[in-house]
Amino acid sequence: MTLDCRGMLCPLPVIKLAQAIPDLAIGDTITVLADDPAAATDIPAWCRMRSQELVSAIDDRYVVRRLT
Amino acid sequence: MHPKARDVLLSALDSGWADPARLHHEGRTARLLLDNARAVLAEGLGVRADELFLTTSGTAAIHTGLLAVTAARRRVGDVVVHSAVEHSAVLHAAAAAGTPTEVPVDARGRVDLDAFAHQVQQPGVAVAALQSANHEVATRQPIVEAAEFCAKAGVPLFVDGAASIAHDVVPAGWSALTASAHKWGGPAGVGLLAVRKGTRLAPAWPVDEREDGLSPGHPNVPAALAAAAALQARLSEADELNKQHRTWIDELRHRVAADIPDVEVVGDPDDRLPHVLTFSCLYVDGEALVTALDAAGFSISSGSACTASTLRPSHVLAAMGVLTHGNVRVSLGRTSTHDEVDRFATVLPGIVQRIRAEVGM
Repeated sequence: MTLDCRGMLCPLPVIKLAQAIPDLAIGDTITVLADDPAAATDIPAWCRMRSQELVSAIDDRYVVRRLT
Repeated sequence: MHPKARDVLLSALDSGWADPARLHHEGRTARLLLDNARAVLAEGLGVRADELFLTTSGTAAIHTGLLAVTAARRRVGDVVVHSAVEHSAVLHAAAAAGTPTEVPVDARGRVDLDAFAHQVQQPGVAVAALQSANHEVATRQPIVEAAEFCAKAGVPLFVDGAASIAHDVVPAGWSALTASAHKWGGPAGVGLLAVRKGTRLAPAWPVDEREDGLSPGHPNVPAALAAAAALQARLSEADELNKQHRTWIDELRHRVAADIPDVEVVGDPDDRLPHVLTFSCLYVDGEALVTALDAAGFSISSGSACTASTLRPSHVLAAMGVLTHGNVRVSLGRTSTHDEVDRFATVLPGIVQRIRAEVGM
């Protein structure tokens, strides 16, 4: 599953990610595309605060695994 | 502005208008007033009057001082070691002065001391810059330890003390210290640059006879006097006010964390400035939060990207790896009351809930 948040400003990409997570099975991953500079800090911070796993963050591409 | 500073400023507009470099009667009066202001400011900072230079702002003190210290060490090298969470004035000055080398911080915003010590010992280091405490998240930096590493390496330590002076004690051991008068209730437009004897300076611009060439042009004598009066008055209130602020910020810190879900309170909970609290609310737009709190009568700052002209989030929050959106920074002043702190803690959860509801969270 891929969420295209390019062009969106924070907190929108994080809100979209949080809203998409319940549709994922535990253990599955979602890819978020986000080019707002704040996403580089805020997507990893969201994963830490919500106890989800940041699998990778390369350029504008964030892969997140649902853990809970 | 501190009421005592205002009184002094108004009377000094009449008595201290002249150029202190001139030899006529009014000029000599202005010179006496400026000497007097310098003596009071130096005492407040714990330095000698001949170690203190007055500049036109805290930013100017940093730009001037960091460039002059770096230029004086050009035979050694031009590397400026600095923490990742310095004020932007330090980052800009470091880039202009030479080759900046950034040292990372931990999640509370405190500099990595091992990495700092390692960088300071490298060849070619002209100066190391470390703030006394962080201006956004209030965390104190380990100045005592940093000063020891710098002394061992023979590198001058440049301390931006703007966030701390009059609110907190700045440890000794620095070679240069900067401050900004408006932070203690003085007027805008007065910065301080204290330089310990033995620290070499080489002004990197056309110099005149003022402030050893460190701040060119006719100085603002009335503003310097007002800054001195404010510092004296604020320091005499410091014990009581700073203790009060520390207790109120502790209370606010606990209430924000307890009453608002998905909030990240940042900075060191104990080893910190007494009067500043910063936290970030998940899913909340920083600009909406600033606007809503303004309407409720609270003027707060934010490190969120949407509130910055650059559209980039605060480099301090990013370096710490903490949430940058929905960011709020509360600073208490000498006129803040416990009622205001209580009202803030009471209205905030509803405001956050309303902004979240608007985006379906």
